[in-house]
Amino acid sequence: MASKLTRSNRAGWLMALPGTTLIAAFIILPFFLAFAFSLTNQRLASPNPTEYVGLENYRELLGLAFFTLEPERDDAGVVVRDKDGDIKYPRLRKFTRNNPDFPALQGKREWFSWQSGDNRQVVLASDVVFMKALVNTFTFVFVVAPVQAGLALALALLINQKLKGISLFRAIYFMPVVVSIVVVSLLWQFIYSPGDGLLNNILSGITFGLFEPRDWLGNPSTALGSIMAMSIWQGVGFHMVIWLSGLQTISPTLYEAAEIEGASKRQAFRYVTWPGLRNTAVLILIVITMQAFALFAQIDVMTQGGPLDSTQVLVFQAVERGYGKQDISGGSTISVLLFLIVLGISLLQRWLTRERT
Amino acid sequence: MADVLLKGIEKSYGSVDVIKGVDIEIKDGEFVVFVGPSGCGKSTLLRMIAGLEDITGGTLEIGGQVVNHIQPSERGIAMVFQSYAIFPHMTVRENVAFGLTIAGASKAEKEAKVNEAARILQMEHLLDRRPSQLSGGQRQRVAIGRAIVRNPEVFLFDEPLSNLDAALRLDMRIEIGKLHKSLGATMVYVTHDQVEAMTLADKIVVLKDGYVQQIGAPMDLYHKPKNLFVAGFIGAPSMNFLDVEITDRSSSHARVSSELVSEFAAPAWRDGLPGSGRVTMGIRPQDLHPVETGGVLSGNVTLAERLGIETVVDVALKDGTRMLVSLAEDRVFEPGQAIELGFDPERAHLFASPAETARTAA
Repeated sequence: MASKLTRSNRAGWLMALPGTTLIAAFIILPFFLAFAFSLTNQRLASPNPTEYVGLENYRELLGLAFFTLEPERDDAGVVVRDKDGDIKYPRLRKFTRNNPDFPALQGKREWFSWQSGDNRQVVLASDVVFMKALVNTFTFVFVVAPVQAGLALALALLINQKLKGISLFRAIYFMPVVVSIVVVSLLWQFIYSPGDGLLNNILSGITFGLFEPRDWLGNPSTALGSIMAMSIWQGVGFHMVIWLSGLQTISPTLYEAAEIEGASKRQAFRYVTWPGLRNTAVLILIVITMQAFALFAQIDVMTQGGPLDSTQVLVFQAVERGYGKQDISGGSTISVLLFLIVLGISLLQRWLTRERT
Repeated sequence: MADVLLKGIEKSYGSVDVIKGVDIEIKDGEFVVFVGPSGCGKSTLLRMIAGLEDITGGTLEIGGQVVNHIQPSERGIAMVFQSYAIFPHMTVRENVAFGLTIAGASKAEKEAKVNEAARILQMEHLLDRRPSQLSGGQRQRVAIGRAIVRNPEVFLFDEPLSNLDAALRLDMRIEIGKLHKSLGATMVYVTHDQVEAMTLADKIVVLKDGYVQQIGAPMDLYHKPKNLFVAGFIGAPSMNFLDVEITDRSSSHARVSSELVSEFAAPAWRDGLPGSGRVTMGIRPQDLHPVETGGVLSGNVTLAERLGIETVVDVALKDGTRMLVSLAEDRVFEPGQAIELGFDPERAHLFASPAETARTAA
């Protein structure tokens, strides 16, 4: 005989079934499939059977090699120079293509290099585009996370006052959050547009024409920065609201006590506000970091990773490979790596901001 | 040490007047308690003395200096809040030393002053704990410690015991009383609990609706309340009131009676008491006692609460008016039992009608 408890449990499970099924089908299953695919050569649509390839996908993405390229020398051992006086080096592909003496360099391409004496030190990567995406993503995170969190806190402090019409400011700062990121990206494309875009116009206006209009998104040196600025603008309102809720959990009496003790505004912030925001700060840092790692829509709409891969990022690469190139195992591998990176950083942040007793 | 002088103090929030012209003189070293029902403005008044609220009108002097526009930290005051307001992320030691840290005091000075305060409050063993590890009473002790370290001329307490349970409240009340004696500082204390007011105060200020109702020593307020409000507010259980008619009036006494009250002569010293007509008679539950025959009042027992040391009897008079009788003994009364009540006529209070009393500000 089923007891009353198990019977009511069965009803409960039954009611939970639709939701659980959906979560399992669209979140849990894909999560584990990504791990599984990353160990195979699965393609989106292919007549060939799927094969288990072990860590080959990871090796292809992460493979790095270091190589010292020595200059060409004539018979006397003197360094050969071209007519501009530059040192002449053997071509790199002599070593990376089917050279049995250098199996570690097989199939790799130059990522970056620097000069050291007569020699050229070269760092080669199996997948240069992935490496650029990795570096760009980290740059994006390390700039956006602190700047966005800091700006959001500043705004939260500003609007956490009892002033007439302050809710209007709250609404204004929050507005970009409500607008779809795709729409925001399109709008900012106009702002950044070369020639007579809004930004170029404003800058040349306030410098009385001294400023040379530039192609913000078309120039490798400004493209990523432009996307960062726009992303910070778009997300700052959301984090401002989280800070604000944190600020409002701090008892006003604490500020009064601090005031009576003679604390200045700055001291009140240091001794009352900031310690009171500890948990909020941890939350915000983790949320911003995760959001920043997930950067995709802006890139997809505005630059498609260009110019010259200067705005390649991990998620864009994952999508590009998985669906653009139908290489679902490659895309999955990037997703898994991204997951591990974000997990690692979140654990690190938690540890760094832990409560010290 | 300093005295505190409030002259014509007013406070309005927009068009709402909260404090409507208050004059209070607090002498150096005095323990003054502001008491009144919630919303009477007592906390606002205290916060104005602290400098946490702007003063709309009037002048506030501390130690002979007008401080209306002086920063809280420079008024020579320290404040203890109802919610303790101790900083949750700091140890007790850091909390107590907070004012010194802000002022940039040396380590040795901090150490000495914190230890001194801890000794006074007997909380040396708590110094390295965090507020989350303390009980309510201990937290309030920390808050008082932080006040002591400031070495203020005036201590301000804003309902400091309201968040504590009854037993702790008694302990802390005694401690605050002792603290006042040992420090000899001026203390201003806000409470809605008249027991705290009666036991701690040198002088009680009764407030209602932004007006001072009466200022005086606790026993003055108890025995000679100026008006109906003070009479009803001070004393527990509160005073019984009955409408009576004056039949004859001399300079010191008035003969009064009504359908419920047999005629007797009550003292009539209050200002504004009419020579004839309807007035309100008040008699404290403790002054009423059952008599065999010839009582001034008669009715039936509806409820008797036996507290051991006293018995509180709820009596319904003929027309249903409730009277409380408090007897300082354990006695058994049956519900429905007929009872006659007598009292010493000198203990009766006569007040002008309520409408008039409300306007009488001290």
